[in-house]
Amino acid sequence: MEHAAESVPHVRLPEVDSRLLRELVEYLRQRRTELRQEWVRRITDAQLLGVMTPEEIFLEVTAVYDNYVDALETGSVETLQDYARDLSERIIRRGVETHEVLGIVLLLRDVLARSLFVHYQHDPDVLNRILDAYEPAANRIAVTVGVSFVEERERVIREQQAAIRELSTPVLQVRERLVILPIIGVLDSQRARQLTEQLLMTIQANRAKVVVIDITGVASIDMTVANHLVQTVKASRLMGASAIITGLSSEIAQTLVDLGVDLSMMKTVGDLQGGLEEAERLLGYKVIQAGDE
Amino acid sequence: MSVPILKQGDYLIASIQSALTDSEVLKLRDDLADRVGNFRSRGIVIDVTAVDVIDSFVARSLQTIASTAKLRGAETVLVGIQPDVAVAMVQFELSLDPLLTALDLEEGIAALRRSTGGVDEDGR
Amino acid sequence: MADERRVPIVSDDDMVTARAEGRALAAHLGFSRTDATLVATAISEIARNIVVHAHDGEIVLTPVYGDSRYGLVVVARDRGPGIPDVEAAMQDGYGSSNGLGLGLPGARRLMDELHVESEVGRGTTVTMKKWRDRDELERLRERRSDSR
Repeated sequence: MEHAAESVPHVRLPEVDSRLLRELVEYLRQRRTELRQEWVRRITDAQLLGVMTPEEIFLEVTAVYDNYVDALETGSVETLQDYARDLSERIIRRGVETHEVLGIVLLLRDVLARSLFVHYQHDPDVLNRILDAYEPAANRIAVTVGVSFVEERERVIREQQAAIRELSTPVLQVRERLVILPIIGVLDSQRARQLTEQLLMTIQANRAKVVVIDITGVASIDMTVANHLVQTVKASRLMGASAIITGLSSEIAQTLVDLGVDLSMMKTVGDLQGGLEEAERLLGYKVIQAGDE
Repeated sequence: MSVPILKQGDYLIASIQSALTDSEVLKLRDDLADRVGNFRSRGIVIDVTAVDVIDSFVARSLQTIASTAKLRGAETVLVGIQPDVAVAMVQFELSLDPLLTALDLEEGIAALRRSTGGVDEDGR
Repeated sequence: MADERRVPIVSDDDMVTARAEGRALAAHLGFSRTDATLVATAISEIARNIVVHAHDGEIVLTPVYGDSRYGLVVVARDRGPGIPDVEAAMQDGYGSSNGLGLGLPGARRLMDELHVESEVGRGTTVTMKKWRDRDELERLRERRSDSR
């Protein structure tokens, strides 16, 4: 797992009176059970993390709480940051949104601040100094968790975009010298061109001799796209590869006939399985005749 | 710049190194016609890997080479057509008949062996 | 940004120059490698018409920068004998006796637009265009860099 670790500054929390800090940390550890429960209650009331079970929420909350208190104690957010990234990676895939994560961290800040307020209300001076120590640290922690989440989310999005790009031009090598181009979805002129270029590059890179173009997943076809298909077959042949078209539905076959598309130089086979068998047969022996019509 | 033509056994190999002018294309055509006769070659491989434009004149010249060679009993294979050049040729609706086409030199020679009745190294 | 380029066409060496210039301008405008090859091939055809029929002329390449698309305009001018029947010259097989029948119709298939003006005894001008749609992201980036 690669993290963009350098993009979040490794913030040292502000220096605070060490006696007060020890007291604060001690207090939060003593009240751990009660404050965790209060936090979970507030999370549930605010209807955050709806995709997670109460048990899951409690487990994560406990870990975040402990990391949070450790960060206050040591002044270093690194461990918390690592945990936040790890947590983010797990919950992003389940659809947790940015506002939920920010909401949860801010709730924890509120829960703890309120508890401190109640605990020290008899001594306003100490309360003030405790809050002075707590607030900037708490804000820093909230920012760290929020930024970690957003960065993780961006990384996941980038990954998905790359996957989509790859899926939209899926030229697959089945075995040596044989590639399949399964076309799925709407085939417009621009996409047909892209697919052709991708296919020809793959023929060159993989030294393919047979390409199977499977159009089972194509719903309809017009004259322009049909001509693209014919051109793709011809261009493949110029590069020394024979093309086999499979998955031609009866509707599309009818359309092609009605449109008067010249299919004489296209080798078509009913289904992908049959196409692959034909491809294997061709790979056994073959001579390619340019303009062999 | 003229195109070097190598003789390898029964075959001639012409490897075009850069963009050619029309007169260089014609010279290649004439050189190949001469050599096929002189060497009684059975096949010609023309490598166009470095050629970035195949227009109607080049295509027609290549066809002439192949037809002439055929009359003397030799097949001609064009190898190394680049993906973008293949698209342009198809969109232009250029024909290469009676040339054979193959991916690269190795495939071209294998294609010649098959079509001139020889045997591939792997015994096919 | 690149301005227009003029390539005098006198001998067949000049055709190679004109093709290379066309390819370079297409690349500059962000055309794909395949599109650049289509442009270079079309230029080759009309440049040859100049060399063979007129012996002297020029090819002018001009970029067009639109907001939603970029274009490459190729104008080929000569003072040659002219084409008596432009309509017929646009059909496949025209003048195939001298082996030049594929030039204009082929170039038209490679480009998005092709227009021929010709007067017998005065010369011929062929204008061809190739367009490339620009995507939203590209335009955004440009606006951002313009407003810095």
